[in-house]
Amino acid sequence: MSAPVLSRPEKGAARTYPAYSRPLWRRVLLTREFAVIALLVAVVLYANGNVENFDGPLTMYYLFLDMAPILLIALPMTLVIITGEIDLSVASVVGLSSVLVGLLHQDAGMSIPAAAVVAIIAGAACGAFNGFLVAYVGLPSLAVTIGTLALYRGIAVGLLGTKAVTDFPEKWTDLAKERLTEESSYPMILVPFILLAVVFTLLLHFSSFGRGIFEVGLNSEAAHFSGVNVARTKFLLFVLAGAVSAFAGIYYTLRFGSARGDNATGLELQVIAAVLLGGVSIFGGRGALHGVIAGVLLIGVLNSAMRLEGYTVNVINIVIGALLVLSVISTSFLAWVSALVSGRGGGRLSQLVPRGRRRTAAGSSTEER
Amino acid sequence: MNAPSESSLRSGSDRDPEKLSDTLLLEPSRISPTRRALSVVLRSREIAVGAVLVAVVVLTTLKSDAFLFSGNGWRDLLLTPSILLLLAVGQTVVIITRNVDLSVGSILGLTAYLTGTLFADNPGIPIIVVFLAGFAFGAVLGLVNGVLVAFGKVPALVITLGTLYIYRGAFLTWADSDRINPSDMPGAFLDLGTKSILSIPVLTIIALVVLAVVGYYLYSNRGGRELYAIGSDPDAAVLYGLPVRRRVLAAFVLCGALAGLAGVLYTARYGTVSSNAGSGMELQAVGAAVIGGVAIFGGSGTVWGAAIGAFLLVTINRALPVVGISDFWQRAVVGGLIIAAIVLDRVLSAREERRLVAARDEMRKQA
Repeated sequence: MSAPVLSRPEKGAARTYPAYSRPLWRRVLLTREFAVIALLVAVVLYANGNVENFDGPLTMYYLFLDMAPILLIALPMTLVIITGEIDLSVASVVGLSSVLVGLLHQDAGMSIPAAAVVAIIAGAACGAFNGFLVAYVGLPSLAVTIGTLALYRGIAVGLLGTKAVTDFPEKWTDLAKERLTEESSYPMILVPFILLAVVFTLLLHFSSFGRGIFEVGLNSEAAHFSGVNVARTKFLLFVLAGAVSAFAGIYYTLRFGSARGDNATGLELQVIAAVLLGGVSIFGGRGALHGVIAGVLLIGVLNSAMRLEGYTVNVINIVIGALLVLSVISTSFLAWVSALVSGRGGGRLSQLVPRGRRRTAAGSSTEER
Repeated sequence: MNAPSESSLRSGSDRDPEKLSDTLLLEPSRISPTRRALSVVLRSREIAVGAVLVAVVVLTTLKSDAFLFSGNGWRDLLLTPSILLLLAVGQTVVIITRNVDLSVGSILGLTAYLTGTLFADNPGIPIIVVFLAGFAFGAVLGLVNGVLVAFGKVPALVITLGTLYIYRGAFLTWADSDRINPSDMPGAFLDLGTKSILSIPVLTIIALVVLAVVGYYLYSNRGGRELYAIGSDPDAAVLYGLPVRRRVLAAFVLCGALAGLAGVLYTARYGTVSSNAGSGMELQAVGAAVIGGVAIFGGSGTVWGAAIGAFLLVTINRALPVVGISDFWQRAVVGGLIIAAIVLDRVLSAREERRLVAARDEMRKQA
């Protein structure tokens, strides 16, 4: 064993720090995040070699164009899930902001940027309502956001009915579909995404606020006593989720040139599936943004590769569902294997595996040992 | 009544002891029967939601007699909620164990399609066989969920989100682009969807019988009580020696089987099965349970409440157009209702807790 990274006066056998007791390369490479990244690279390499047209110029362009809403919303959703909460209402906020942009532009005659600002503020307000009920009233987020899922979607559909606003200036609808440069196969939407990704990475992994997010997810009681403002942390994350979802809604509207109440129905489950695939624990306290982004891209790449191979969207759904189940099962399977190998009822690896005994998101597994 | 949630335990231990009712800490049998009955009625969530339901029906009927008093109105009032009722009952059993099943909508779609195919491929197949097949098929799908959750030790939310995709994908692949039409099915089966006995539709009777059986099992059977114990505290249930794995597995199997039955009912009721059959029903089922007072963290709530919640959800949807609110606003109302229900729960349980803590402190002072 290498020398301990932490120098502690009494590092007896009673206390171990599994995360730091292994060499750096193992800590980096043998993680869930890296497994997802490796799988992504493998799929891309395979598809490049074996799927016709996968290396064509349009594949990546449409992949990012289609996955952009999921990529965007996955960022704040990761943070929300790491605190042990969940937000099911994001797709409804997408729909609501889409309708707002359409109505404000068409009926109120506002310009697109002004309408977009109003929509983002409305999205943040939707998130604040979720956050208030979860963080300050103390209600379970699963129940709250199932309610607001229906509520926000209902407002969106109520405002616009079954009509659609399709009258948008071409300047803006083109911008949503524009490429980075003339020849580039990457769309413009990547610019705001990368900006947001950097901001969220700094927030989650390189700030004290971010450490607080992990602490809240691991044990909100302990986080409270160590000085983390638990309620404010959760509240802010829900506000961010609402605002980013609203931005995704504006993009969605301009990309398809149509504002409808039922835009992006069911997107919330896709986002959550991608986040969990990326290695975030539904119990909170574990996860990293690079894994999540790789998870979203993995779904996107699988999607376009299989579509090029002529599979229908149904088969793709089965594959994504199976991947999600396998990825979470593998966690406890690996723990079980390493427990068998070490023969002492739990080796190092199993200590890394989050135990599902805390009551966080509903549906905590029934832990039996 | 909902059990006070653990997160609120730190609230109020030092609150001012308000006017104290000693009765709070007495065994129920020492309180006079009338007061007991009164407090049960006042605190019953089922009765509160039921009162809202009755109010909705009465108000809508005042607006338009046909909502209740026409033959069709009465039939639809009872018939339309019966499918969601079955889903909500199954969902409640799972939620009570502190799990959740998001795949019920997909299971409903799959079994609805299975029902149509069975009739189309085997003309003359007895109706009861199809019912049993749907029930059994749903149970198998539920078993898959249950095995993954109980033995994989992973949260039900994730597993059933995965199987939601898998089952829906399997349904769509199997159905390809063809849909089930009424002409594929025998008239006797389709008649079931509209037939009534003593002016109560047959499908509603089926749903109510299921409700009664499950409700009785949860209320008075050992297995049912153990489900509550598991949901209240899974760790304690393990330590206490309850067969946690088996019970959770059984809860998922039951939930799947009821969703399968709901799929058969769906086909009988509507006669057509298109590719979006049952999509989004999972959240409605959870919503119905939550409105009916089932705590999302398990351990409390009844199927009666969930059933009334299902009736309320569906009835409000049908009542809105009658009272002149565009039916586009239905979902907003439903969402508001769910939020109101959980906020109300929270307020009530916080108050109850404060009173219990105050009563305990007073007892200690006296001792």
